[in-house]
Amino acid sequence: MSVQTETLTDRTAAMTQAAMTQTAARADTAAIKMLARNVKVYYGPKQALKGINLDILENRVLALIGPSGCGKSTFLRCLNRMNDTIENCRVDGTLQLDGEDIYGRMIDTVQLRARVGMVFQKPNPFPKSIYDNIAYGPRIHGMATHRDEMDEVVQKSLERAGLWNEVKDRLKEPGTGLSGGQQQRLCIARAIAVSPEVILMDEPCSALDPIATAHIEELIDELRENFTIVIVTHNMQQAARVSQKTAFFHLGDMVECDDTEEIFTNPRDERTQGYITGRYG
Amino acid sequence: MQLSVLLVVLALLSVTGYYLGRSTAVRAVDGRVVRLHSVPSYHGMYVALWAGLPALLLFVLWGASENWLVMQMALAGLPPELTSVNEQALNLLKADILNLAHGVTTGRDSHAAVKAAAARYVELHSLSRWMLLAIGAAMAMGGLLFARARIEANHRARNKVERVLNLFLVGCSLVAILTTIGIVLSLLFEAMRFFAVYPPLDFLFGLHWSPQTAMRADQVGSSGSFGAIPLFAGTLLITVISMAVAVPVGLMSAIFMSEYASPNIRTALKPILEVLAGIPTVVYGFFAALTMAPFIRGVGQSIGLDVASESALGAGIVMGVMIIPFVSSLSDDVINAVPQSLRDGSYGLGATKSETIRQVVLPAALPGIVAAIMLAVSRAIGETMIVVMAAGLSANLTANPLEAVTTVTTQIATLLVGDQEFDSPKTLSAFGLGLVLFLVTLSLNMIALKVVQKYREKYD
Repeated sequence: MSVQTETLTDRTAAMTQAAMTQTAARADTAAIKMLARNVKVYYGPKQALKGINLDILENRVLALIGPSGCGKSTFLRCLNRMNDTIENCRVDGTLQLDGEDIYGRMIDTVQLRARVGMVFQKPNPFPKSIYDNIAYGPRIHGMATHRDEMDEVVQKSLERAGLWNEVKDRLKEPGTGLSGGQQQRLCIARAIAVSPEVILMDEPCSALDPIATAHIEELIDELRENFTIVIVTHNMQQAARVSQKTAFFHLGDMVECDDTEEIFTNPRDERTQGYITGRYG
Repeated sequence: MQLSVLLVVLALLSVTGYYLGRSTAVRAVDGRVVRLHSVPSYHGMYVALWAGLPALLLFVLWGASENWLVMQMALAGLPPELTSVNEQALNLLKADILNLAHGVTTGRDSHAAVKAAAARYVELHSLSRWMLLAIGAAMAMGGLLFARARIEANHRARNKVERVLNLFLVGCSLVAILTTIGIVLSLLFEAMRFFAVYPPLDFLFGLHWSPQTAMRADQVGSSGSFGAIPLFAGTLLITVISMAVAVPVGLMSAIFMSEYASPNIRTALKPILEVLAGIPTVVYGFFAALTMAPFIRGVGQSIGLDVASESALGAGIVMGVMIIPFVSSLSDDVINAVPQSLRDGSYGLGATKSETIRQVVLPAALPGIVAAIMLAVSRAIGETMIVVMAAGLSANLTANPLEAVTTVTTQIATLLVGDQEFDSPKTLSAFGLGLVLFLVTLSLNMIALKVVQKYREKYD
């Protein structure tokens, strides 16, 4: 895995151009938390992303929508370098977190993933107790030294994930014994426990029933106060409900990115229009 | 001759019955197959089963009782002074008749009446075969016609055929279970014969094993002593040594192959490791005896230790090497079965590879790994050849791995090798040992099963 070093002028040119289009569309004044410029991803000979430019704003929820196979998840997994675990996957372009190149030489994936957490499509609690599931991250990062501190981290994370009241009497029971919706909130609590700055969610509700989904959506809205959230979803109502910004992906391109309301009421691109009105996808 | 004819007839009738049943079913609904309760092939199978099965059952029962019946009838024709003798003489008489009937010359001049009985035996036997052929064929034919007559649109042929298949499967599993029960029972009865002459408590807790018993009263070393503790201790010692080799090496190599090795290395390494599993244990045995044991003795002497030329350490190490592919291959499968989503979850929290393996992958794979280790232990306890060749036969009660020890299986092998009398405690003690060994491995397997059940996580 290596970032191909483009010539400096190329990169600057691309960045300036992208920045111009972005600022034109951006009315929101929130700070830019993460930024992608000309990001290309290849799986072996196959190109999955064809040069993505995108700003991710602090304390906002960004929804990535688009038909299956359009590269939403691939882009999401670039943001915390989860693509590193996939063999013959190659990432080109610039990705920054707080102005720092996350594919740069100085960044370690371990530190990066502590700052950019992730929640997956299918709930994947570890085969441990509920308590140990939450304590896992803080433990490996050495964030809590005393038992009391750890108890507090676990309780706070579970509270913020809205799961504390349901599980406080059975913290020692295995996390795999919870229901699907509870498991997913456990995974969110687990991600929160390491105090990340950004949380990436890859279709977090696709394996859940409507009630559990509503729970998670409420939760996402609350979490926005403290975290920057990027969520991939196939459910356009969900994108409309939880996000402030929406980016539409199609065939490896980012077609347009704007305020969620704009995208859903007044899309500029024909393809976006087609997708959100259900003509294809 | 008649038997093979009958089998061919049965096969033909069944095949005919199948096609007949199918076409009858189709005709019964004028070709509109959807109106049938079962598809035509089930009707075909139904007829074929009726044609084949009853006759086959008759065939089996007849074959099982034929010889006995015919012999009784042949004996009934003999004068009573010949048949009213004790059991052994009667068996001899039967053997004579059989020999004469099969044309084997016994070199003994037989009584005229016996010859007549043999002739009658041959005659009756052939008659019985012809009867079997006739009745069998008639039954098959009758079954075919009966079943065919019952075919109609609403006939529930599918359910009946499925039930027969079900019974057949039950029968297959019963064979396996009954064989196991038979083996256990034979072991049990022989062991009870041993415990009748030797007290079980002395056997289980005795500290001295010297199974030589005298054939004559004036022989040396005639007092057999069957205290099995040294054997159990030896088995335990060698098992522990071999596990100390096999478990860490096997587990680590499994982790390397499933988590760290690139696909190329993996495809190259795995077959090589599995070659180890293909080496015959005898070869391991002489490797242990001719290479490992002298090496260990040399090393021991150079640091001033007294090492026997046949040591538990040498046999145990080589046995451990033999078991490595067992542990690594099974653990590798289990580790690969841990879902990728768990690893992703851990990496997503910023865990390193080794943290992920230690704290997520291994705990998730633990039940399978425990099962693999238990299997390996059973294998080590049951291994005979390496110990025979490399650890010696002397039943020392010691915890020192540098001394010669012997194991339960080794003793069983040596006790039963060669010509043996099956009424001396020396030979019978093998069954006592076998019973204890069986109980130990059985309980190990049960523990393994319980552990696996208790800690199994369900992933879909």
